[in-house]
Amino acid sequence: MPDHDIHVHYVTRVEGHGDIVCKTNNGVVEKAEFNVVEAPRFFEAACVGRAHYEIKDIVTRICGICACGHALASLRASEAAMSIEPSEQTVDLRKIVLHGETIQSHFLHTYFLAAPDFLGVGSVIPLASSHKDVVVRALKLKKLGNDISETIVGRHVHPITLKINGFSKLPDPAALKAIQKRVIEALPDIEATVDLFSTIKVPELYRETEYISLGPTNGDKEYPFYDGDIISSLGQSYRPSNYQQVCNEEVDPKHTAKLCKHKAPSYQVGALARFNNNYNLLRPEAKKIAEKLNLKAPNHNPYNITMAQVVEAVHVAYDLIDLIDKVLTKGIKEENNKYQPKAGTGAGAVEVPRGILFHSYKYDSNGICQWADCVIPTTQNVRNINEDMKTLVPTIIGKSQEEVSLLLQMLLRAYDPCISCSTHLINVRFE
Amino acid sequence: MSKPRIAFFDFSCCEGCQLQVLNCEDELLDLLALVDIVQFREAMTEADWNFDIAFVEGSITREQDEPRLKKIREAAKLVIAIGACSGMAGINAIRNAMPVDKAKEIVYGNKKDAFESTFARPIDTVIKVDGYIPGCPIDRKDFLRTVQALLVGKKPPDHDYPVCQECRLRENECLLTVGIPCMGPITRGGCDAIEPTFGSPCIGCRGLVSEANIESCKQMLEKHGLTIEDISKYMTIFNSFQKEEKHA
Ligand code: SF4
Ligand code: SF4
Ligand code: SF4
Ligand SMILES: [Fe+2]
Repeated sequence: MPDHDIHVHYVTRVEGHGDIVCKTNNGVVEKAEFNVVEAPRFFEAACVGRAHYEIKDIVTRICGICACGHALASLRASEAAMSIEPSEQTVDLRKIVLHGETIQSHFLHTYFLAAPDFLGVGSVIPLASSHKDVVVRALKLKKLGNDISETIVGRHVHPITLKINGFSKLPDPAALKAIQKRVIEALPDIEATVDLFSTIKVPELYRETEYISLGPTNGDKEYPFYDGDIISSLGQSYRPSNYQQVCNEEVDPKHTAKLCKHKAPSYQVGALARFNNNYNLLRPEAKKIAEKLNLKAPNHNPYNITMAQVVEAVHVAYDLIDLIDKVLTKGIKEENNKYQPKAGTGAGAVEVPRGILFHSYKYDSNGICQWADCVIPTTQNVRNINEDMKTLVPTIIGKSQEEVSLLLQMLLRAYDPCISCSTHLINVRFE
Repeated sequence: MSKPRIAFFDFSCCEGCQLQVLNCEDELLDLLALVDIVQFREAMTEADWNFDIAFVEGSITREQDEPRLKKIREAAKLVIAIGACSGMAGINAIRNAMPVDKAKEIVYGNKKDAFESTFARPIDTVIKVDGYIPGCPIDRKDFLRTVQALLVGKKPPDHDYPVCQECRLRENECLLTVGIPCMGPITRGGCDAIEPTFGSPCIGCRGLVSEANIESCKQMLEKHGLTIEDISKYMTIFNSFQKEEKHA
């Protein structure tokens, strides 16, 4: 049996810098791991001493892809810290913004980052000539997500109008109506996406793990993205303010980075975790698609994160249509979004495309930030990715070096990691 | 004639500027007809070191970044810094105000010594740069304008006039008149005054206008009974990297 000695430096088609290392010796796996080599960015330090109204604009710069998600987790944390309750209109509009980001990010990932592997190419660029219709459709769907952001928050990277307790400018109802029309018109394209992905067979891997996501609060019927308690598939739920009991971030002396752990040796967050935990709350349209893609909850193959994203994209598209209806029927009103800064500590938990995201801040009585903490989905997934790799390699050890390397990269890409997002995840080198 | 070859590289940043390039959905296919993109790690696996123009995103924060950046400089005919992180250290420079050790301690506690990091610096502290596309993030139209200019051998556009100029063209109500401090008068334009257009003050992400233009800004502010200090509230979000730090 040939031995493998793989080192993929700066894995491509993922956000941020990470390496994959895999070594086998006489058919025995010596090493199979994902190393994060991103430069430290110190956002928590940058927040200290800044005023409440500046924090959001600083932390969105943690990540361009999840900029709106960071903004929302940040606003929720600041609001919790200062006991501010935003209006129903604010909450509904924020949910639309988050859906817009999910659409844009899921289509970016499924088409541009994941699909090239399935179609046997290195990027979407060769597809522009060989599969032009697919690329045109992908761009159109991604643009829809972007235009939703542009309509409500000014631009996707980095959102402008999102503020503590409201918006600096409310969207024009006619523009919102036009967006809704475009979502409806995009449904056939989304259908075609489902058709494309239903022809794809993801690689095999089976490993049961713990899934953590938001779950409904008090019998809420909504598939939760913006609101809810934190739940584990191993049974246990927490209020967002207790997020530290979930992620148990620790600076591991061996791994020189913060890693997360709840009940199982590692846990997974993201589209598949949400799908597994909240399947019953998916809209019927999305459940139908799951069936078509042969995806049943719980599913224990991480390569299916991509498929769960397709299911979620369908859910989100239909939900957007309803949410916009709700907002327009009630009428968009100017509201008083003034608030008084005050001392306190608070946390926000939001499901961003790659999984559950926590922000938490402590403010003094003038609203100056004294302490900040951001726990990013990819940080939470690192241990799980490495456990998956350890399980995967023995099952594919007989394959060629290229195949093993590709399968490992595809596994990492399935997690859609956002490495520059992982403020804590520095130089993770698994010894 | 072969198409110009362009490549994208990233250092310490949020990759939002690269995403802005991918966000040019309407123009992306046309762009691909004009140039060959030979490296773009966020979106492609192919990697070729034969290119004409390198677009570099992100700040330099570690010694190990320098050889990679120099290699890019050697390979490229033109190096263009994209985004505030790359051109002026941007958001990454906030922490420069505190000792690196303190910043590490806040984030990593007593494990702080395990991490290699220095001050955040713009890329022109390490290599010569041929042009800048400012902003956090870059503006899509500004990016396309720059590529167009470079393709015909011209210098990239330089928007050395205050954001206010574009803000007035968009007929926005001036935030200063309702008592909201806005950095528009001293910040470089080219973004179509997007923040004020969405009801929010400019926070200076495109850097300051040149000294020569600051004078006329002062006069403009005086009419509102304001000084540069009054509107500089957000100065340290993007503009904290001091020129004198450059060769420190
Ligand atoms: S300049 Fe801003 S948007 Fe661009 S990479 Fe840096 S933080 Fe991100
Ligand atoms: S100060 Fe701000 S709001 Fe007023 S004109 Fe200038 S950019 Fe626009
Ligand atoms: S308005 Fe100011 S903060 Fe906004 S993009 Fe323009 S220069 Fe940057
Ligand atoms: Fe991210």
